[in-house]
Amino acid sequence: MQRKIFIIIKVAGAIYTQTKFLNLTLGVVPLAVGKPLERKDARIKVKGEAQYNFDLSFSDEQYLAVVRSPFAHARIKKITVDNEKLEQLGVTVGLSKDIPGKNIVHVILDDWPLLAEEVVRHVGEPVAIIVGKSPTVAKSAFSAVHVEYEVLPAVFNPDEAKDHPTIQVFGDNNIISYWQQKNGDINKGFAEADVIIEGEYRTPAQEHAYIEPQGVIAVPLGRDEITIYGSMQCPFYVQRAVADILGYPWSKVTIVQTTTGGAFGGKEDQPNQLASLAALGAYLTRKPVKYLLTREEDIENTSKRHPAIIRVKTGATREGILQAVQVEYLMNSGAYSTLSPAVLYRGALHAAGPYKCPNVDVQAYAVATNLVPFGAFRGFGSPQVLFACEEQMDRIATKLGLDPTEFRQKNLLHKGDTTTFGQVVDHSVGMSETLKQAKEKSEWVQKWKPAPGFNQVIQESRKGKYLWEGIGVSTIFYGVGLGSAGKALSRTGSYVQLEPDGSVVFAVGTTEIGQGMITVLSQIVADELGVEYSKIRMAPVDTSRVPDSGPTVASRSTTFSGRALQDACKKIRTLMYEIIAPHLETIPSDLQLEGNYIISKETKRKIMVDDAIKIMYQERGQVAMAGWDVAPPTDFDNEKGQGNPYVTYAWATNIVEVAVDVQTGTVHIKKIWAAHDVGKAINPQTLEGQIEGGSLQGMGLGRFEEIVFTPEGQVMSNNLGTFLVPTTKDTPSIHSIIVEDPWKQGPYGAKGFGEQPLMGVAPAVTNAIFNAIGVRISEIPATPERVWKAIQDKVQEEAI
Amino acid sequence: MKIEIFINGIFYQKDVPPDHRLLDFLREDLGMKGTKKGCDQGECGACSVILNGKVVNSCLIMMVQLPEHSEVETIESTDSMVLSLQDSFVKRGATQCGACTPGMIMATTALLRNKPKTNDREVREELSGVICRCTGYQKIFDAIKDTQEHLERG
Repeated sequence: MQRKIFIIIKVAGAIYTQTKFLNLTLGVVPLAVGKPLERKDARIKVKGEAQYNFDLSFSDEQYLAVVRSPFAHARIKKITVDNEKLEQLGVTVGLSKDIPGKNIVHVILDDWPLLAEEVVRHVGEPVAIIVGKSPTVAKSAFSAVHVEYEVLPAVFNPDEAKDHPTIQVFGDNNIISYWQQKNGDINKGFAEADVIIEGEYRTPAQEHAYIEPQGVIAVPLGRDEITIYGSMQCPFYVQRAVADILGYPWSKVTIVQTTTGGAFGGKEDQPNQLASLAALGAYLTRKPVKYLLTREEDIENTSKRHPAIIRVKTGATREGILQAVQVEYLMNSGAYSTLSPAVLYRGALHAAGPYKCPNVDVQAYAVATNLVPFGAFRGFGSPQVLFACEEQMDRIATKLGLDPTEFRQKNLLHKGDTTTFGQVVDHSVGMSETLKQAKEKSEWVQKWKPAPGFNQVIQESRKGKYLWEGIGVSTIFYGVGLGSAGKALSRTGSYVQLEPDGSVVFAVGTTEIGQGMITVLSQIVADELGVEYSKIRMAPVDTSRVPDSGPTVASRSTTFSGRALQDACKKIRTLMYEIIAPHLETIPSDLQLEGNYIISKETKRKIMVDDAIKIMYQERGQVAMAGWDVAPPTDFDNEKGQGNPYVTYAWATNIVEVAVDVQTGTVHIKKIWAAHDVGKAINPQTLEGQIEGGSLQGMGLGRFEEIVFTPEGQVMSNNLGTFLVPTTKDTPSIHSIIVEDPWKQGPYGAKGFGEQPLMGVAPAVTNAIFNAIGVRISEIPATPERVWKAIQDKVQEEAI
Repeated sequence: MKIEIFINGIFYQKDVPPDHRLLDFLREDLGMKGTKKGCDQGECGACSVILNGKVVNSCLIMMVQLPEHSEVETIESTDSMVLSLQDSFVKRGATQCGACTPGMIMATTALLRNKPKTNDREVREELSGVICRCTGYQKIFDAIKDTQEHLERG
């Protein structure tokens, strides 16, 4: 007996020692994935050495100025060019007739001309280009291009524009796109509901306000090749657009993305137009042409978040179970379709929120008006509907006398549940966990109490209590990747090359726009190849390095370029094992990667990856591989309003604490808790950076960010002094909470989520305002004027 | 127009076009591209530099209005405060797109020189002229605290 125990101890000890020994001798380097490693681009950025569009120069470079329409809707009667003056100034003018290819900027529907021919449809629409040796010289030639207009009636509001009898901006009814979501029987749902709430909500045009304004440089090579350098998210979009405009084969159009100083969706489709304008200038002059927008030109003429009107009717049982959700979503798309069909798709699918509901009817329309075309902005059509949805949820909770978190909890999607559009979410559903953790960290249970009666607020404020505190919540979800509507683009390429010294260079087709993609992808490559993170470098994005990998949008870069890199690295490991196996006296299938060693499973003999790479070079082995990834299948039937539109979902809870001054309507944001299920945090530090930055943009949307137009359709808030974004003084403390419920098909379990931090903050703000003063805000941003007016209206209404 | 000026301690005597602003002088006349530009109107703070001890928007300063032998400090400075902040910004993940970073670091340098023990409230007040659209400022605050601790330790 004693002996037996001794043996057991001895064996256990040996196993322990061996494991310990293995770990030590294997020298398992700390794995890169999951660590808050230093950003790859941080050192050059803090030194000011990163080269943005305005830092680049080319010999004999010229500058572009654009003649733009001063009217929202007008017929071009005549364009006269004063050639004598042009010659005097030494400038070149380009009109639509000078475009060698098609006069269409391709995005989705091909209705967007590069230069207007017969009709202009928004203030700022390009009519002609001027190229001169400096911006001042180019602009001085504006007076040499005289455009005679016949002004036409214009329409700016989607309610009026939809099916307008006489004003046609797009097609015959101004409806650019239509999507629907349908589930069960909506009438039956409302019949079975005990409480029904109806609401109408409005959301503003929001400017991205990236710190580096838009800018591109077109560098021609003779008359049949061109390279575009510039700030952008989607080089392959730009390649297609420029090739169409110039009539070149794609192979002769190269796009090189330069360090991009923020984008947020604003540099998704817009660079197609800007690069095409510069490319035309370069084509006409055969010189490098720079088009760097001033801040005003940028805010006035480039895309923004779609303003929207959302009408929602929601029904629930007495017990707090959702029965019916009906939504009408009108998205103001501006004068051209650009990305609106895709933006609307995401909006329509997110309109009923992350809840179970048996009866749903969402009707979503993108409506053309005579405003500047609206486009992509972090959240892509979803923040508008989620604001409406989360307001409705809060109003029902109030009506039923329930804690809004408990009411949501009864309806939230869990693993195995079916979304309102019929998709079973079978795993990676951290929704409830985000709510649970956000509640704990914010001490919701201790802090939340029902909103005070409005009468009480007013009476006490008259006695001097102006400041009222409140807490609000929102629960949201995000369909990861392009979804079925963008399925054709849902593929990504990669290229990985081992260098003779054991370092690695890789390329992908998605871009670094500040979000940290280079860092996160380098961490993935490090672990896939067993090479130290410090030895990995990403090559600048250039359309000739990897095939069209789709756009850098939809929170897809980590997930889908990550998968493409895993594919290339797996192929490289196979090549390595074939060459290394004889050296370790084994067969390739016996080898595997452990840390930075290749090890025989059988004999435990091993070789460092560094040395293996050197041997590969000595033996003239293949040392580079291309990777390819096709996103998992998605589908959606717009006739039925049902399908499996996204590969998976990210989930989030936002809790916001505010103090509202009832005398002025000012809302002070005190704290934000943002809990996000991201599958896996590849780099927790950059991930927190995404949460914090996105949350503050979401707070901006909820509190004060709004582009104001004149009654004639011109952008009025055209600089950062009138379009306000949050400063250090406005930011509350933001508490990031990372939840990791891995997605099996994502790299290391990761799923995209970069947009999500913005999406749910605005409704949490307005719900907190209600919780503070008992007043609902149905139009954001909740500016002091708007909050003050809502208070005064209610005072009148209730005759207090 | 002849200008005599110190940039990061280096003396320059230059002929400068009369319409040049400090930002143009740095970027175009001297080719120092570390100072970024975001709005050309003094609204974003990306072009912040230190002029005679005070942080300014270099896009709002005309070269003709500068006192003779002015001292300008930019992100290219090798001063220990600047280097320490740069290091903290890297370690704390306080830079994302990076376009505001040089201006933010110069504004912070001026603040910490004047008030090494400055508190959170003052930091928020003093840096409100530099807009960062990416980070939500949290990691910038962390980096500043790190630098303060680092400087205190010597």
